Amino acid sequence: MLAIQVLINALVLGCLYACIAIGFSLVWGVLNVINLIHGSFIVLGAYLAWGAYNSLGLSPWYALLIAAPAFFVFGYLLQRLLLNRVITAPVLVTLTLTFGLDLILNNAMIYYFKADYRKLILNPPTGSISIFDVVVPVDRLIATASALALTFLLYLLLRRSKVGRAIVAVRLDRDAAVLMGVDVKSIYAIAFGLGAALAGCAGVLMALIFPISPLTSSAYLGKAFVVCVLGGLGSVSGALAGGILLALVEGVGSVYLGPAHAVTLSFVLLIIFLVVRPQGLLGRKGFE
Amino acid sequence: MTRTNIALLVLIGCVAALPLFGDAYALRLGTMACMYAIFALSWNIVGGFAGYPSFATAAFFGLGAYTTGILMNKGVPLPLSLLGSLVLCLLLAAALGVVLLRLRGHYFAIASLSLVEVFRELVNNATDLTGGGMGLNIPLVSGSSVLSDATFFFYAMWGLLLITALVVIAVSMSKLGFGLNCIRQNETASNMVGLNSTLYKAVAFGLSACFVGAAGGLYAAWVHYIDPSDVFDILYSVKPIVMALMGGLGSPLGVVCGAFVYLGLEEVVWRNYIQIHSGVLGVLIILLLLFLPHGLVSLHAGKIWRGLSGRKAKHV
Repeated sequence: MLAIQVLINALVLGCLYACIAIGFSLVWGVLNVINLIHGSFIVLGAYLAWGAYNSLGLSPWYALLIAAPAFFVFGYLLQRLLLNRVITAPVLVTLTLTFGLDLILNNAMIYYFKADYRKLILNPPTGSISIFDVVVPVDRLIATASALALTFLLYLLLRRSKVGRAIVAVRLDRDAAVLMGVDVKSIYAIAFGLGAALAGCAGVLMALIFPISPLTSSAYLGKAFVVCVLGGLGSVSGALAGGILLALVEGVGSVYLGPAHAVTLSFVLLIIFLVVRPQGLLGRKGFE
Repeated sequence: MTRTNIALLVLIGCVAALPLFGDAYALRLGTMACMYAIFALSWNIVGGFAGYPSFATAAFFGLGAYTTGILMNKGVPLPLSLLGSLVLCLLLAAALGVVLLRLRGHYFAIASLSLVEVFRELVNNATDLTGGGMGLNIPLVSGSSVLSDATFFFYAMWGLLLITALVVIAVSMSKLGFGLNCIRQNETASNMVGLNSTLYKAVAFGLSACFVGAAGGLYAAWVHYIDPSDVFDILYSVKPIVMALMGGLGSPLGVVCGAFVYLGLEEVVWRNYIQIHSGVLGVLIILLLLFLPHGLVSLHAGKIWRGLSGRKAKHV
């Protein structure tokens, strides 16, 4: 029974991890930028859900509808106004720039929301369902389903829409995309906006489950790192595979080694993967 | 020895005169300045000479701090503990360097970032040895007056800075420095002409870690109390990069100037905007990257104007 419970937990948590990582993976894959502000976007999304519920009485589902466009515009402008200026610079410059942005956003959140942990408590509570001895909280299940839906939406967007095809084209070969008449700068901005929107939505879903504090942003960012490296960059299925693998490793690790070692284990796995299989589980070589 | 290297040694020599006119606060600031300069010089070996974007400074700072802390709690005297930190960081970093420096670009950056996380979590969980999240108390060294204590640690840190600077200068003039330059410009080509790039990179990573580790040890003995979130703070990894960008990548004199300027700015910001100091630091980083990507070293008359008029930046 324990094994099945661990497995179910890992599946539920894994889809959420995928949702955290997918925007990060998109930005990394398309723009070749490691977006260190991603974790703070997620926390900001969580605050949005919390604020909407507690002061406006809006349920988190409406918060999702607010978060997506708001974060898209935020990310789009950030890319257009700041990041596009240094987009061709080496890793060090873009990485340090997003770190600076993260410092500002995180500091602003600590300033306005304080560093206290808060929790979005749904009233009435959604309870949990149990089949045999396996227990799954309903709010977690709903968040997971939403995360899967978001992931699927992104997949559809990338596959079916014209913009999506252009994003994939820029990722595969930037120069060829320019020759085909793709406006790379605006595609960069759209991809960054999408990444931000996904982070914001992921934050709304996180608010349902985890406590909210500006201090948790680095933990989310760490998860995004690990998932991207485990699953491989730039593919939606890769993020899902990476998320579930990470959740499995953490789940099994905390059962057998104790929860304190779960984080260590995930990062050790990250380093091993980087060295042995840097393209990840489902990533393809040469698309970096 | 080039003119800039002599200028670097003269600059460091001038810093040594600080206790002549300073009170305890000036000494504290001077000790921090020396520590930051050690960070920047050390990072420069891997980040500036070899061109690998390392975020591992905090990992070795914390490791050095904890090694010294634990050794001193076991009754080992300070100099031996520091030596222990230095040797451990050198060997461990060289061994890790063989593996990690096979990665390039973003992948190396992420691996070195996660090194900090791994070390922090390990120290956090080894409660028996390190005290875990409760932190570690470190016995007092001299036990004499505040001012003489401050003077002692200032000179200790200054001495370490001097050694670091001499080693970095020696590296930059040696075959090792030349090889690292080749690796930065084109690693594949330097492999082709028979340069053992794995060895060079491992030595560079070891050298860039060992002085940071010793500085961590001194820091631990200086503040008498360390805990994982303090010494494994990711900001310790980012600060040297900001200093190097501020002063000018690759130039030892540049990065030390960058470190001093950075410390001055940080102190002003801390004093005046305690609530929003990290946000102000972020703004500073962004302005620096957008308008002064080659650092203070590049500031000759005329270049300033091009820097301000948003030119297409060609980066090193």
